Amino acid sequence: MTTTGVFEILGFLGIVLALARPLGVFMAGVFEGERTFLHPALGWLERLIYRLGGIREDAEQRWTEYAFALLAFAAVEFVLTYALLRLQGLLPLNPEGFGTAHAPGWAAPMTPDLAFNTAISFASNTNWQAYSGERTLGYFAQMAALTTQNFTSAAAGMAVAIAVIRGFARRESKTIGNFWVDTTRAAVYVLLPLALVAALVFVSQGVVQNWDAYTRVRTVEGATQVIAQGPVASQEAIKELGTNGGGFFNANSAHPFENPTPFTNLVQLVLMFLVSAGLTATFGHMVRDPRQGWALLAAMSLLFAVGAFVATAAEQRGNPILERLGVEAAAGAGQPGGNMEGKEVRFGIVDSALFATVTTDASCGAVNSMHDSYTPLGGLVPLFDIQTGEVIFGGVGAGLCGILLFAILAVFIAGLMVGRTPEYVGKRIEQKEVKMAMLALIATAFSILVFTALATSAPLAKGSAWNAPGPPAANAANAGPHGFTELLYAYSSATGNNGSAFAGLDADTPWYDVTTGVAMIIGRFLFLLPLLAAAGSLAAKKSIPVTAGTLPTGGGLFVALLVGTIIIVGALTFFPALSLGPIVEQFLMNQGRLFSLVLAVPGGVPWL
Amino acid sequence: MAVTVAAAAREERRETPAPPGTPALLPERLRRARPLFDRAIVGRAALSAFGKLNPARLRKNPVIFVVEVGAALTTVLVARDAAAGRPGLAFGLQIGLWLWFTVLFANFAEAMAEARGKAQADSLRQTKTRVMATREAKGGGTESVPGSALRAGDIVVCEAGDTIPGDGEVIEGVASVDESVVTGESAPVIRESGGDRSAVTGGTRVLSDRIRVRITSNPGETFLDRMIALVEGASRQKTPNEVALNILIAGLSLIFLLVVATLDPFAASAVAAAGAGRVPAVTVLVALLVCLIPTTIGGLLSAIGIAGMDRVMQHNVLAMSGRAVEAAGDVHTLLLDKTGTITLGNRHAVEFLPVGGVEEAELADAAQAASLADETPEGRSIVVLAKQRFRLRGREVADPAARFIPFSAQTRMSGVDLGGRQLRKGASDAVVAFVRGRGGAVPAGFAEVVERVARTGGTPLAVADGPRLLGVIHLKDVVKGGIKERIAQLRLMGIRSVMITGDNPLTAAAIASEAGVDDFLAQATPKDKLDYIRREQAAGRLVAMTGDGTNDAPALAQADVGLAMNSGTVAAKEAGNMVDLDSNPTKLIEVVAIGKQLLITRGALTTFSIANDVAKYFAIVPAMFMGSYPSLAALNIMRLHTPQSAILSAVVFNALIIVALVPLALRGVKYRPQSASAMLRRNLLVYGLGGLVAPFPGIWAIDRLLVWLHLV
Repeated sequence: MTTTGVFEILGFLGIVLALARPLGVFMAGVFEGERTFLHPALGWLERLIYRLGGIREDAEQRWTEYAFALLAFAAVEFVLTYALLRLQGLLPLNPEGFGTAHAPGWAAPMTPDLAFNTAISFASNTNWQAYSGERTLGYFAQMAALTTQNFTSAAAGMAVAIAVIRGFARRESKTIGNFWVDTTRAAVYVLLPLALVAALVFVSQGVVQNWDAYTRVRTVEGATQVIAQGPVASQEAIKELGTNGGGFFNANSAHPFENPTPFTNLVQLVLMFLVSAGLTATFGHMVRDPRQGWALLAAMSLLFAVGAFVATAAEQRGNPILERLGVEAAAGAGQPGGNMEGKEVRFGIVDSALFATVTTDASCGAVNSMHDSYTPLGGLVPLFDIQTGEVIFGGVGAGLCGILLFAILAVFIAGLMVGRTPEYVGKRIEQKEVKMAMLALIATAFSILVFTALATSAPLAKGSAWNAPGPPAANAANAGPHGFTELLYAYSSATGNNGSAFAGLDADTPWYDVTTGVAMIIGRFLFLLPLLAAAGSLAAKKSIPVTAGTLPTGGGLFVALLVGTIIIVGALTFFPALSLGPIVEQFLMNQGRLFSLVLAVPGGVPWL
Repeated sequence: MAVTVAAAAREERRETPAPPGTPALLPERLRRARPLFDRAIVGRAALSAFGKLNPARLRKNPVIFVVEVGAALTTVLVARDAAAGRPGLAFGLQIGLWLWFTVLFANFAEAMAEARGKAQADSLRQTKTRVMATREAKGGGTESVPGSALRAGDIVVCEAGDTIPGDGEVIEGVASVDESVVTGESAPVIRESGGDRSAVTGGTRVLSDRIRVRITSNPGETFLDRMIALVEGASRQKTPNEVALNILIAGLSLIFLLVVATLDPFAASAVAAAGAGRVPAVTVLVALLVCLIPTTIGGLLSAIGIAGMDRVMQHNVLAMSGRAVEAAGDVHTLLLDKTGTITLGNRHAVEFLPVGGVEEAELADAAQAASLADETPEGRSIVVLAKQRFRLRGREVADPAARFIPFSAQTRMSGVDLGGRQLRKGASDAVVAFVRGRGGAVPAGFAEVVERVARTGGTPLAVADGPRLLGVIHLKDVVKGGIKERIAQLRLMGIRSVMITGDNPLTAAAIASEAGVDDFLAQATPKDKLDYIRREQAAGRLVAMTGDGTNDAPALAQADVGLAMNSGTVAAKEAGNMVDLDSNPTKLIEVVAIGKQLLITRGALTTFSIANDVAKYFAIVPAMFMGSYPSLAALNIMRLHTPQSAILSAVVFNALIIVALVPLALRGVKYRPQSASAMLRRNLLVYGLGGLVAPFPGIWAIDRLLVWLHLV
């Protein structure tokens, strides 16, 4: 690892930590209905939405009503997105004519199964992209269907987090807030202003924002190159801020129009962690004990830092096989060294590995390099980040919910060891909470493991309507453990609502569209609903005063306990699978074996 | 066997290194309870471990049930392979055998706890000797019926020498009763109708006089019956904590089931990709599953609960439910009765305060003389104090010239007429009146001294020699030795102690500050107590209290832990959720410690159990896949000999660790009063880190042994 690399990772973390508390306290004010400095400018919008939606600001909901609202909202989002995607041929702002008879020859159709997958993907804040943006979607569909979803699904996630926080903060309360009000406030006062500022920053750095037709240029070689255009900056900002990750272009943040400079790269990194880091402070503020929030943030930061350093070191170390062939792997003046396959030269090793760690920690899924090309160990980090349940910062809202789930488990397992019924921030952790936490954990483990198992063993014939290449494993671009990792990553990413692609997997077939779609639903709703149920149960409880006999959950010991629980639970669930994927591959690479591309997917491997 | 486990066990045995003078929270009796492995008990438990193999019974324990299903499956597969004459039978056979052992060991743990409970119950049951009762017949007269035929509401007559046939309440008469069968205390106690000493327990014996007793419980529902059922585990309900923990370990088991089930297709694809190795046999997958699911805590969970109840019982406390014992661990506030818990029952003389120029020695001499015939503890303490301070020997009580004046409620004085001197001691106003009646005067400063003594929580006793008022004896409530340290320990654990007393606020405050309690309730009426409890509970706190009177009943019922004194009324005992057979209110503190110890034991073994899995992965995963990917041998950090020896070692370790931890489960982990964070740090280190590390040398050693014995 280079010294600059170390400083860059720590400096980035420093920025995030510095912003967490101010934003967190601001958000607490927003969700508790206080007047903030943004109310004079944006209050009208909030009121307008309430009036249009017939929402009563003071109408409180029980957890069941809250959960129903969340589901209803997602269902409407899904249907709307599906319709917009399928009907884009009839919609304006479609200069390339996607979805119409005169679409260019290189356009990829938005088939029903792909639209189903994409609609779920955006409604669940996953933004798994089985489609290729610039080859499939017109501007109206991109903006109205996808950018809008980026705001709403993120806002819904934040609303759930706030409801779960209320479960801890409230005492003997039957209700946990109002989903519609929380979602509106999240969008109006948090996401919209931040996204606006970020979009302007991006435009200033050269991110495009237009409704122009694609630019066609004649290259010096005499070939015609089509350069995609579009309203990119506006989607880019919320893509990172809302940890959505669905790029405007297929190449996502590796594309120079999405992420042109190391500065935009840094801004994108910060945006990905910003809201989730802030929500830990919101938690501390709302339960009236800031240390509780800091402890969660510390656990997240620790897990992030370990991942970032391991991934960066692994990538910087490079590929020993190439090194043996005489390729210079050391970083030097003018060259980054290490494993640069699949990475942008303008970012180099550290910006790429850091981005890979952050995007998988944060359940964002934006990528600025191809994770598939990482060394096995470097690729293991993003995969394990997702498999820990997207709690290392995690998705906006969902990340806080996830780490609270692990806090509940950690407190329950180890809390008994202080000789008391386990308590967390004044609430007893009892049957209902444990049941719900386990349910969420089982659901995600089920989705990742069972779908991967099905993909490795489903006996589909070549040319099958479900999957033209035959067995789903045949869609993997590589043989051996690397191919297995590609499958495991796909279902981990979908279930974790991450949406990043390991790449190297042809995921646009009915089989993958449907299975990853179901995985995304499980990962989103069978994860959030149990937490809402737990919140409902917690809110109804009395708050137990803190004494010297209370398990301390605001200090270093608890942070260690929480980190240990997250790693051990994640490791115990996925170690056997990982050992057949990246772990064995790393050993094999050290012995000089690689797994080459084994098959040519018709039309080339997407995203490459 | 695992080194760390042995070390942990050793640590359990080591005496608590308490600083000198600090009484251990758990008294001596708890720590050297019945020998852990009594031969008869082990025999009984081993036998019943087989009886518990019945799947219908085992289903209640999902983790061990899964092991049994796995064991059965392995057995069938081995039988099939044997029939088909396939090679490699020995390995499958051994795996199957050890899986059965795992189930048996778990059953044994539970059976051990139950058997120990049964032994306890049997000794209780001996008190239920078959007695004949003299029942008052409906139409008048009496009839002789067997004790077991008595129903609630029957009235029986017990005379000297009779054994009381059932739990009841004295409705007429007063008698001295030998309750040693229940309490172990040989001194007889008085039971009388009315008041707070009216309850009698079946099995105890009337020593003198005659009482009429109204039976209060039906056969099979007496305290003893309920307790016997509880310790035998027959009527044991899972506590909410246990249910939640069961959900956790069942959930983990389900996750591991997913892990192992999906491993088959994963392995198949790995075999296909590598073109080498074999998909792990079902036997191996079952072995992996059993190693991963939390069998340790699954096997020991109910044993821990039963043993906790048993420990309470060894303290001579009858807990009505496991829930009550756990609630004791959760308690935030202890309401402690002043008398008997915080102070000795009696006041002691601590100083002589002369007034009006009298020498202290003269006062001491007079006070001693006036107390010579006073056999009350207060009187004796005056004699002793005078002896200590001025070497005044007790004079001959049989002095024919001396005429002792006993205390009476009218005069509120006692004393002696000795050689023309009239020495008196008593309540200050009574003595003042006595002095004035003989023409004496009250010296200046007397009133101040009296008030000062009262203000410090003491009782002033004036002493006069005829018309001369000599001074004041300061009688003080003596705070029990060690109680201050105990209360400090409670505070360390985050438990507030509140002193309940009928004294006036001035006296109460003085004693409260001396004992170091956090709060006190002076001139407490039963309603005050109830209100106090409700206030605490409204603030989210759990409250424990002791009580014996009928008017304590509402508070006992309201409290989260209500420890009723066995000497108290039936109403009090019904209202509380525990009964102390020794009627010792200090017991409350010990009950709290036992409750905490129970919870800690459960948490420690859960953590240990889950942490163990990491090492098992390192044993089994490389063993399973080394055929396909030889480079995975790098994960075989224990350098286990062969894949077979690795898998078998993990299974054997997994089974043996249950047995190894049985003593810990039954005895409870070491418990020392300390703050939650200190306790967490220590237990995380021992059971978390220990659980992570211990299996590595354990599995390694078993592997060596198996290879040495040529078993693999």
